[in-house]
Amino acid sequence: MRLSARSRVNRPVKTAISYIFLCILTALCLFVFYVLFINATRFNAEIRREFAILPGRALGFNFRKLNSLDSIPIFRGLLNSMIIAGSVAALSSYFSALTAYGIHMYNFKFRKAAYIFILLLMMVPTQVAATGFIKMMYDWKLTNSFLPLIIPSISSPIIFFFMKKYLEANLQYEIVESARVDGANEFLTFHKIILPIMRPALAVQAIFAFVSSWNNYFIPALLLTSREKKTVPILIGLLRSMDDKTDLGMIYLMVLIGVAPLIIMYLLLSRFIIKGVTIGSVKG
Amino acid sequence: MGEKKETKRVRAKRVNYSRYGYYFIAPFFIVYCIFSLAPLLMTFYYSFFEYYRDGLNVIGPNFVGFENYVNLFKKGDFFQYFGNTLLVWIIGFIPQIVVSFLLALIFTSHRMKIRGKTFFKTVMYMPNLIMASAFAMLFFLVFGDTGPFNQILIDLGLIDEGIRYLSTVWGTRSLIALMNFLMWFGNTTILLMAGINGIDPSLFEAAEMDGANSWQVFWKVTLPLVSPIVLYVLVTSMIGGLQMFDVPEVLTRGTGGTNRTSMTVLMYLNRFLKTRNYGDSGAVSVILFILTALLSLAVFRLFYQPERKGGGGR
Repeated sequence: MRLSARSRVNRPVKTAISYIFLCILTALCLFVFYVLFINATRFNAEIRREFAILPGRALGFNFRKLNSLDSIPIFRGLLNSMIIAGSVAALSSYFSALTAYGIHMYNFKFRKAAYIFILLLMMVPTQVAATGFIKMMYDWKLTNSFLPLIIPSISSPIIFFFMKKYLEANLQYEIVESARVDGANEFLTFHKIILPIMRPALAVQAIFAFVSSWNNYFIPALLLTSREKKTVPILIGLLRSMDDKTDLGMIYLMVLIGVAPLIIMYLLLSRFIIKGVTIGSVKG
Repeated sequence: MGEKKETKRVRAKRVNYSRYGYYFIAPFFIVYCIFSLAPLLMTFYYSFFEYYRDGLNVIGPNFVGFENYVNLFKKGDFFQYFGNTLLVWIIGFIPQIVVSFLLALIFTSHRMKIRGKTFFKTVMYMPNLIMASAFAMLFFLVFGDTGPFNQILIDLGLIDEGIRYLSTVWGTRSLIALMNFLMWFGNTTILLMAGINGIDPSLFEAAEMDGANSWQVFWKVTLPLVSPIVLYVLVTSMIGGLQMFDVPEVLTRGTGGTNRTSMTVLMYLNRFLKTRNYGDSGAVSVILFILTALLSLAVFRLFYQPERKGGGGR
């Protein structure tokens, strides 16, 4: 190690440049969030006057003002988002595992066709079907209902794909066979034996499903028209239409409250999440 | 031989249970048919109809053939918005892939021992999870005419009065591209790192023995071997780019900026959907569908030599 280090003189320079590069990118990533945090704790007049490096003392004031704002019920929105994203996370991970196991384990006639079909579905952007979907939900009087945002997650091609990959790598047929010999029926085997084996994949995919549902904007904004039903991203989008005299401290705080749940979740689970990014992606 | 026997035994076992396969995949396919396939077919169907709302009156559905499509192309709006979308995507994607490669090389370098890798990776992946609408709202505030960014520049004495980023065409486009970049470079870095870590280390050693410098190693060894991942990133990013919506919608309040120069295809679609103009929204969707399919095909053709194909259960 020592020798090779001496033989390449420019290595310390390279390392230093790398650190500078990393620090610039880190600063770029954190800058807006730092501003968000600082300005959420300052008074409107202070925010408009000048930039500050240290937090102010208006957090309580902004919070009370936000709480009494009827036009944008952010706390109700948090609850709505929580219900929808939680349901989506549970349904999509469970049913994707179920489907993946069905295709992985059983040798039925349309097995291969079903698999290829789902792989093709991954390529179709969901928004492409939005016209028919919106019309159907209007016809069925399901606007302002959470069901159209929750039920479709039962068929999630991408999560299915990850589950399938996980089963391919981790499931031994012997386990299933021995369960069959013991007389367990297939559904019992799946719930008592397969699901526990898949727990790591279920957890990662549930997190990703939760995040994408939590952040989902396009379809919910078209379907949830009643104020009490709106989710966090829609409410934050509405902030953009407020007039110039609106209290900026309150607006910053509202954005902070909107992103805080995911940031907290991320800080707790980041290792897990970052590892999950590469599972099932193409290998070099 | 032994392996062959085993697969045979498994297959024999499987046959008895094959009907369970249908039970297990039934929920997925039933839900897919009702909530995705039927709406998709309806979208195609209504794209051939005049079907919109005029105040409280519903006009149509009246069959008009390809008229919706002809109108879309005649007005030229679609091309403009498609061009905007591609342009903004490219401005964000080029720095994204370059920076991600640099980062992946720095993080996987066995010569440089970078400390705090976990910290850097954690920070750089974070914007990916942030709600795009909140991120855009935050950028609107920070890069506002009297926002914190201008305040800092004035404090530093770099400018005398605030720059109106969002009133200029390229200011708006650059901000959208910057947000896309920030949201995705961490993700790309992690994927590229996985690719580089998957390369057999002996290849690097052999290249070094032969006297290759790091520039040559990158172009001759690393890049060719991670090209499937680069392709994957390119295709998914392009498909995602075509669906660009939340960020420009919130940043420009749905207006698409000056003369709609930052209006994207999906914002256009959203406008039709908001007024429940199913004919025109259907036509836009069908074109989007075709473009997505063509783009993914073209890129696959361009890069993907028929070698081993991933997936496809054993």
